[in-house]
Amino acid sequence: MIEIENVEKSFGALKVLDGVSLTVNKGEVVSIIGGSGSGKSTLLMCINGLEPIQGGRILVDGTEVHARGTDLNRLRRKIGIVFQQWNAFPHLTVLENVTLAPRKVLKKSREEADAIARRQLEHVGLGDKFGSFPGKLSGGQQQRMAIARALAMAPEYMLFDEVTSALDPQLVGEVLDTMRLLAREGMTMILVTHEMGFAREVSDRVAFFKSGKIHEIGSPEQLFGNPQLPDTRAFLNSVLK
Amino acid sequence: MFHTAVSANDLWFLAQGAGWTLLITLIAMVGGTVLGVVFGVTRAVLPGWTTLPLGFLLDIFRSVPLLIQLILANSFIPILGLRATPFAVSCVVLALYTSAYCAEIVRGGVLAVPQTTRRAARSLGLTWWQDMTEIVYPMALRVMLPSWIGLTLGVMKDTALVGWIGVIELLKSSQILITRMQNEPLFILMIAGLIYFLISFPISRLGARLERRFREND
Ligand SMILES: Nc1ncnc2c1ncn2[C@@H]1O[C@H](COP(=O)(O)OP(=O)(O)O)[C@@H](O)[C@H]1O
Ligand SMILES: [Mg+2]
Repeated sequence: MIEIENVEKSFGALKVLDGVSLTVNKGEVVSIIGGSGSGKSTLLMCINGLEPIQGGRILVDGTEVHARGTDLNRLRRKIGIVFQQWNAFPHLTVLENVTLAPRKVLKKSREEADAIARRQLEHVGLGDKFGSFPGKLSGGQQQRMAIARALAMAPEYMLFDEVTSALDPQLVGEVLDTMRLLAREGMTMILVTHEMGFAREVSDRVAFFKSGKIHEIGSPEQLFGNPQLPDTRAFLNSVLK
Repeated sequence: MFHTAVSANDLWFLAQGAGWTLLITLIAMVGGTVLGVVFGVTRAVLPGWTTLPLGFLLDIFRSVPLLIQLILANSFIPILGLRATPFAVSCVVLALYTSAYCAEIVRGGVLAVPQTTRRAARSLGLTWWQDMTEIVYPMALRVMLPSWIGLTLGVMKDTALVGWIGVIELLKSSQILITRMQNEPLFILMIAGLIYFLISFPISRLGARLERRFREND
């Protein structure tokens, strides 16, 4: 379970998160939608401790992320995160990209790590690319590799930050398919997305983010079908028209 | 038929000079690279203001002409009560001088690795050190290598200046020959130049080869 309680976060004088609270239960898929610059990416990076916070707290399975003494490297093993810019490691082959963390972090043998990586890469449809370097892959393939790389750590939570925004339109489908598969397998996920149709289809709940707060949250039917607040309506009108 | 008074003995004398040139270059590059990596990484990862003094010191090493540094060091070391041969002074001064340039190369290389890539590595659970050795080092190496090869070639030529404080390296030995023989100065300089070239050429070829290998993966 991820519990976000009243989190505040600033970059210098700029307040980016202004009292965010959200609980994500095991097996749940929560989508976060909202305008750009509203703090969605920052929130995801606070959840795995890549960014410090100034107020409130975040608990992952009861462990307080930003508490002194929390072993962040250990905590991060169970939180996979995939970014908008897929961030392949360009000097490593596809297989090595995926085996790196299992070998270095989980101390798996090369054979074990290879087996895990092959399974994950086949899972995301890259079974024929093991030896390729990322520079030779399309954006969609690199993004699926990044998903496999995160999944190879056998995380309990997956955070997705606009993973399809930087992709050519014809490559978006293959990445969404991969995420759809994960949702169906019961992965707990938080996804920041601009794909409203997709959010509606896979989410248990959808949160509309505005000015560093969760402005409105509800089931996809509620939030998309019958938004309560004028700002939510305005945002949905602007993206769905 | 071309006649010359340059004997096998003279050539051997030049070769010995070349040996010193090589040795000083090697020591300066090893010492300068080790220090340069430490200084450069420090400059790249610590907040700017904390490394201002270090940056200032390195600026001095880079901006004061090497010849002045050599002569000053060679004169001041005995005044400080330390004993050092001109060879040792040359190695130390050249290593520091090299480290200042190398630090900039390393700093640039580390900063060229996108922050987002490093975040991806850390979010997989890699430690700071693992991120440095597994991601930053190999990615930065591709950026740094051409400049580092250039630095090596530059330092090799700069060693010619240590002749001024009495180390008989390649250039100095050729000058000694010229003074002794009173003729054929151009021929002797051509031989010295050829030797410099023979040392440099493999280094730059090796650099080009490594670069090509890196590029194949992109
Ligand atoms: N490292 C940073 N330093 C300073 N400001 C930042 C940093 N990261 C993000 N911001 C600012 O924080 C705000 C929220 O950014 P972000 O979380 O990326 O928004 P979103 O993902 O919703 O588009 C933006 O105004 C952005 O410019
Ligand atoms: Mg964002």
